[in-house]
Amino acid sequence: MNSTWSRFNITSIVLGFAFLYLPIVLLIVFSFNESKLVTVWGGFSTKWYVSLFHNQGLMDATWVTARVGVISATVATVLGTLAALTLTRYTRFKGRVLFSGMVFAPLVMPEVITGLSLLLLFVAVGLDRGFVTVTLAHITFTMCFVAVVVQSRLVTFDRSLEEAAMDLGAPPVKTFFQITLPVILPAIISGWMLAFTLSLDDLVIASFTSGPGATTLPMKIYSQVRLGVTPEINAACTILIAVVAVGVIIASIANKRREIQRQLDEQAAQRG
Amino acid sequence: MKSLGSIRRDFSPWNDPNAKPYIQFDKVTKKFGDFTAVNNLSLTIFEREFFALLGASGCGKSTLLRMLAGFEEPSAGRILLDGQDLRGIPPYKRPVNMMFQSYALFPHMTVEKNIAFGLKQEGMPGPDIEKRVAEMLKLVKLEQFAKRKPHQLSGGQRQRVALARSVAKRPKVLLLDEPLGALDKKLREETQFELMDLQQELGLTFVVVTHDQEEAMTMADRIAIMDKGEVMQVATPAEIYEAPASRFVAHFVGNVNMFEGKVAEHMTSTTRITGATGAQIVVDNGSNAAAGSDIVFAIRPEKIKVSSKKPADAVNALEGEVYDVAYLGDMTVYHIKLDDGQMVRASALNASRITEDPLTWNDRAWVSFRPDAGVVLTR
Repeated sequence: MNSTWSRFNITSIVLGFAFLYLPIVLLIVFSFNESKLVTVWGGFSTKWYVSLFHNQGLMDATWVTARVGVISATVATVLGTLAALTLTRYTRFKGRVLFSGMVFAPLVMPEVITGLSLLLLFVAVGLDRGFVTVTLAHITFTMCFVAVVVQSRLVTFDRSLEEAAMDLGAPPVKTFFQITLPVILPAIISGWMLAFTLSLDDLVIASFTSGPGATTLPMKIYSQVRLGVTPEINAACTILIAVVAVGVIIASIANKRREIQRQLDEQAAQRG
Repeated sequence: MKSLGSIRRDFSPWNDPNAKPYIQFDKVTKKFGDFTAVNNLSLTIFEREFFALLGASGCGKSTLLRMLAGFEEPSAGRILLDGQDLRGIPPYKRPVNMMFQSYALFPHMTVEKNIAFGLKQEGMPGPDIEKRVAEMLKLVKLEQFAKRKPHQLSGGQRQRVALARSVAKRPKVLLLDEPLGALDKKLREETQFELMDLQQELGLTFVVVTHDQEEAMTMADRIAIMDKGEVMQVATPAEIYEAPASRFVAHFVGNVNMFEGKVAEHMTSTTRITGATGAQIVVDNGSNAAAGSDIVFAIRPEKIKVSSKKPADAVNALEGEVYDVAYLGDMTVYHIKLDDGQMVRASALNASRITEDPLTWNDRAWVSFRPDAGVVLTR
C-alpha cells in the first residue's frame, strides 16, 4: 500500500472532507451565533440553546419524534426479524421469491410514493391522521431495513447450534429464546437502531401521514425554515447531530473493544 | 490359539444369537426429493458397543446418524432403540445425545453453562447440576476453564467441552459426527484413545460417523462400511481388513493387490486360480466359488514377501522386476512389475537396521506368499 503523503493525496482528502462536512460545520458554528441573522457572525453565544428549551413547539415535536421512533422501531424490529427468519429458514415454501421481493421492495421505493399510498390507505379506511398513522407508516418503511440486517446475520448462523439445543432436550420455542435470539441479538439491536434513526430523520413520509398534534421534529424544522432560518433551528440541529454522533461513536468503540478482546482471547486460547 | 488379526477386547455380542439388539435399523430408507440417501438399510448395534459408520462423503452415514438423533425421519422403515420405535419422537425427547462435527458450542455461554444446558432442560435440581458439571469438567480435564467462553478455548479444548456436554445427561447412546475431524493429526491420535477410555468408563453405547478408516479401525468394536446409502459389510476391524466381503471393501480399507482370474480347480482344502494374465495361484479354501467362475484374488501388500531368489518352499511365487522402491523408515514399499505385466505392491517391515537382501530399481525379483495370505472375492 502506498502511504506517502503526496500533495495530490492531501488535496483530495481536504476537498472530499470539505464537501462532506463543510455544511455541517457551518451549521454548528452559526448555532453559537450572537446575531439573529443566520449568515452574519455577531459573536459567540449559547443563548439560542437556552431559548430552544423554551420553545414549546420544538419541544413537543421532539417528544413526538422520540415516541414515534421508539414505538415504530420496536414493532418494525419484531416484524422484520420474523420476516428474516421466515426467509432464511423456510426456503422451500411456495411464493418465497415473491415474498422476499415484496419485503425488500420498500428499500428502493421512492418515499413520496410510499407516503402517498399510505395516505390514501388511511383516508380510505377512515383512520384519522395523527400519531398512530405516522407510527404505522414508519413501521412499514423501516421494517424491511431490519429484515435485511437480521437476514444477513441469519445466513451465517450455524443451525447445528439449534440442533444441539434440541438434542439436549430443549423444545423449539425454548431453543429460540435461549439460543437463537441471544446469538443474533447484536444484529437485532443494530436493526432497531437503524430503524430508529430512519424514523428520526424522516420528513417525506411523516408529512404525508401525520396530522394535527403529531408534528415530528423534522416536520417542525422544515416548516420553521420556510418562515426563515433562525439560529434556534441551528441549535436544534446541532443537538441532533451530537446525539447521533455520540451514539455512533459509542457503538463503534464498543464494537472495536469486543473485537480486540476477542483477538486477545483467541491468542490466549491458542497458547493454551 | 489362532485369531484373525488382533483381539481388541473380550466383547462380541454380535456372535451371540441370544444377545438383545440395542439399536435396530429395520429396512430404513431416506429420500431427499429424488435423491436416495439411505436405501433399504438394516443394521443392528448392541449395548455398550463402539460402533463406527465408515464411508466417503455422501454415502449416507451422517443421514443415518441424524435419523437416530431425530433430526430426520425415515421415509420408510423403522428405527428401534431398546425395543422402542422412535418414529415421531422429536429430538428433544430422545434418550440419545449427539456430539456435532462443528461442536455447536453455545457461543454466549461459558463452558460450565454449556455443559449444564441439557441438565437444566430435564429439570435437574441446581445442586445436582453443579455436582454433575464438576464431574464432567474433571472427566475431560477442563476444571480451570469452567468460566471461559468457547471462543477463549483452543480447538482441542472445545472438542472436549462438546464431549462433556453430550455425555452430561448420561444418554443411552452417544452419537459422534466426525468427532475428531477438526483436530490436527497428533491431537487426533491422542484423543482417539481418550474416547475409547471414556466409553469404557461410562459404559455407554457409541455410534461414530467418520470418513477416516484409521480412526474407525482404532476405536470401533465393529465397523459398517457404507457406500451409496447401503451397508457393504459390517464386521470387526480385523475381519474388515483380513476378510473383506467385496472388492469395494478391500479397496476402501487399506492397500490391496488384486488379481483378476478364474477358479481353475476346486480341491478339498485348496483352490487353484489362473490369473487373467496366466499366473497360477493356490489359495486355502475360504470360498465356495465353483470351478470356472470369475473371481478376484485380493492380497494385502504386507503379506507378500519380496526376494531376489525364488524361495525354495514357496507355494505361490511369481517373477518380475523391481519398478519402484520407497523407504518409509518403519517399512519399505516395493512396486514389482511381474513378467505378465501385473503390478504388485509389497511392503516389508524393517525389523532390523540391516537389510539382508537389498533390492533396487530394475533388479529381478520374486514375490511369494502363503496360501492363506489372501482372499478370494466373488463380488
